[in-house]
Amino acid sequence: MEKKVIATTSLAGCFGCHMSFLDIDERLLDLIELVEFNKSPIDDIKRFTKPVDIGIIEGGCANSENVEVLRYFRENCKILVSLGECAIMGGLPAMRNGISIDECLAEAYLNGPTVQLNKEKILPNDEEIPMLLDRVVPCHEVVKIDYFLPGCAPRADLIWDALVAIVTGKEMDLPYEVIKFD
Amino acid sequence: MQDLVNKIVKRYQTDKTRLMDILLDIQNERGYLSHDDCSELSKKLKLSTAEVCETASFYHFFSCKEARYRIYLNNSITSEMAGRQLVAEAFEEACHTSFGETSEEGLFFLEHTSCIGMNDQEPAALINGIPFTQLTPFRVKELISGLKEGKSLEEAAYESFGDGNNAHDLIHSMVNNHIRKRGAILTNDYKPFDVIKNKLCKRSPEEIITIVEGSNIRGRGGAGFPTGLKWKFGRLTKAEHRVIICNADEGEPGTFKDRVLLTEFPELVFEGMVTAAFATGADIGVLYLRHEYKYLLNYLNHVLDNMRKKSLLGNEINGCKHFNFDIRIQLGAGAYICGEESALIESMEGKRGEPRDKPPFPVEKGYMGYPTIVNNVETLASVVKIINNGAAWFDSMGTSDSAGTKILSISGDCLFPGIYEVEWGTTINDVLSMAGAYDVQAIQVGGPSGMLLSKKGFDRTLSYSDLATGGSMIVFNHSRDLLRDVVLNFMDFFIEESCGSCSTCRIMPTVLKDKLLKILNGHGVKQDLEELVSWGKLLKISRCGLGQTAGNPILTSLSNFRSLYEDLIQQDKEFDTGFNLEKAVVESCNFVNRKPVFETKNLN
Repeated sequence: MEKKVIATTSLAGCFGCHMSFLDIDERLLDLIELVEFNKSPIDDIKRFTKPVDIGIIEGGCANSENVEVLRYFRENCKILVSLGECAIMGGLPAMRNGISIDECLAEAYLNGPTVQLNKEKILPNDEEIPMLLDRVVPCHEVVKIDYFLPGCAPRADLIWDALVAIVTGKEMDLPYEVIKFD
Repeated sequence: MQDLVNKIVKRYQTDKTRLMDILLDIQNERGYLSHDDCSELSKKLKLSTAEVCETASFYHFFSCKEARYRIYLNNSITSEMAGRQLVAEAFEEACHTSFGETSEEGLFFLEHTSCIGMNDQEPAALINGIPFTQLTPFRVKELISGLKEGKSLEEAAYESFGDGNNAHDLIHSMVNNHIRKRGAILTNDYKPFDVIKNKLCKRSPEEIITIVEGSNIRGRGGAGFPTGLKWKFGRLTKAEHRVIICNADEGEPGTFKDRVLLTEFPELVFEGMVTAAFATGADIGVLYLRHEYKYLLNYLNHVLDNMRKKSLLGNEINGCKHFNFDIRIQLGAGAYICGEESALIESMEGKRGEPRDKPPFPVEKGYMGYPTIVNNVETLASVVKIINNGAAWFDSMGTSDSAGTKILSISGDCLFPGIYEVEWGTTINDVLSMAGAYDVQAIQVGGPSGMLLSKKGFDRTLSYSDLATGGSMIVFNHSRDLLRDVVLNFMDFFIEESCGSCSTCRIMPTVLKDKLLKILNGHGVKQDLEELVSWGKLLKISRCGLGQTAGNPILTSLSNFRSLYEDLIQQDKEFDTGFNLEKAVVESCNFVNRKPVFETKNLN
């Protein structure tokens, strides 16, 4: 059987889902037998070098770069999986959604109690910096997502079982107690 | 400040279950509720400040903003149809403030509010609890400049009185009854208190229940539970006290029959409560009156006083041994959900109006833990007629599964909006023709929680087995945009009125509305329609009727007007989230003074 190609990325997330991924521990060795990694922090490949079977997305979209990367993944991956709370619902970053972006920026760069050095009241506006979205959105509100793995972070066993299921094409065993949203 | 709180707390014997009344009185006397009031109250009532604040913040008409005139403009659909937008703008201009705010001098506070039960005379607003109906921009200007010049609100309101008891000295309101068709309940030949005086004590409570059961009357609030059975359950539960509650919290947009019944026939309603008390052995009676009908309070209390004087309430009613029963009026403070019986009971106990888990049902354990029978205003009014004329008389009207008559509140695009009492079994076609509704595109039966019917359904009949309804009927002609104007308005209503207890009802109406907006904005795909249906089903697991029906505006319009949706969705696309990156970054780029750039970088 030809090895499936996997890519992963973390958008507006904390990399906790990737950490949880690494928690599959020695099964990583088994996984390497089944799949080949392409663009991913796991092997530090920065660009897609071939068509990918499974793209795993951690984190939602908080800025223009997140959106671009997500769209880039959608173009290059046959299957996209939203991994974890932030990708599925926006997560902690989405807590800013109840506050206007103006207020958020003013608090962070102008008025916050920890702002002491910014005497010239500079706001980050270099064109190299990604542009902030007015609200943080989950991945499926930007592109089509095929599967969702909930959790904060999803447990390693859940990630392992899901990957094995997708790779082998066998139905996944998902008992109620495995699906946790936090 | 402490004096006022002290005085009012004493008025209610430092009883924390009367928190609603205490808050209402403080607001009445001070004009608003301050945080200091709440913390002072919590000390006096031995509650935490959070407990006081959670009640105070739950209800729409409690306000922490100080203002001499509180203006609540109805935003129900018929109000919109009658030019609400222009009236709202006129208010903002005349008061020099915007909705949600207080004007500079602290004179006016403007706010939107859900249906205030004046659907047949919109646009309507409540100003310090006094209803002003059929408003126009001109009248708003006149009214506000009058108030600014120092004219009293009463003077402004008393330019003309409505029909019937609306002109009574204790009501003096411009509201109109618009009774267009009278039937068995709304007859003019009603002899007040005949049943209490001549029928009750001669029979046993069981006999009364048997008559009510035999008449096959079912609850008129909408759910349709057999009244006789409810009474029987209430009577069977052993307890020290039993409670009769008359539910006059009609909040379903489009219904206003209880307002008319309480204006014209309060004796009939109270007599029904006494009858229910006799049959079930209750000694505590409460009329839960929605805050929007506060203008009726003095008159209703006057009727109760008269009954007490004539020994029709109080101890040994009409000389009947061991029959002790009295009625007090509990005012609500603006919450649709309190029409749900267990939420209503929570509210009466001074808490947030959140529905209880069932069982136990109120008939087993309700107000203060006592068996409690909650009946609709119309149900109680009907019961008196049943005792007077017999079960068979009542059962002979209507259809085989729906006995008697139903009072309909008809509004919207028809020539003669108002109150119509019809026998069950009447078709929608008859309803429309009766009210002078022509060129009809759709009719909303049972309010937003009911269904939007298309022409195909106009031959259906009003009955518990076909179209069960609490009586709200809103007509829409072909000039109306059903999805943009009607369905969105109804969804906003549910989003506003959800108590927030169940996550389904707190979240799903917003999700469904967003999807509808996406479709209306041209980004809909076929999958969206399927998702509307399948996601809508999730609402069924909500605890109460509000949550369970909160998706109905979308679900019933989708099933009865599917082509309206189909016409809007993109046939050539399978997937479209409607996400627009260019729009999404505008706000932040403006704030940091930066020009958005979207070069498509070649990430490869």
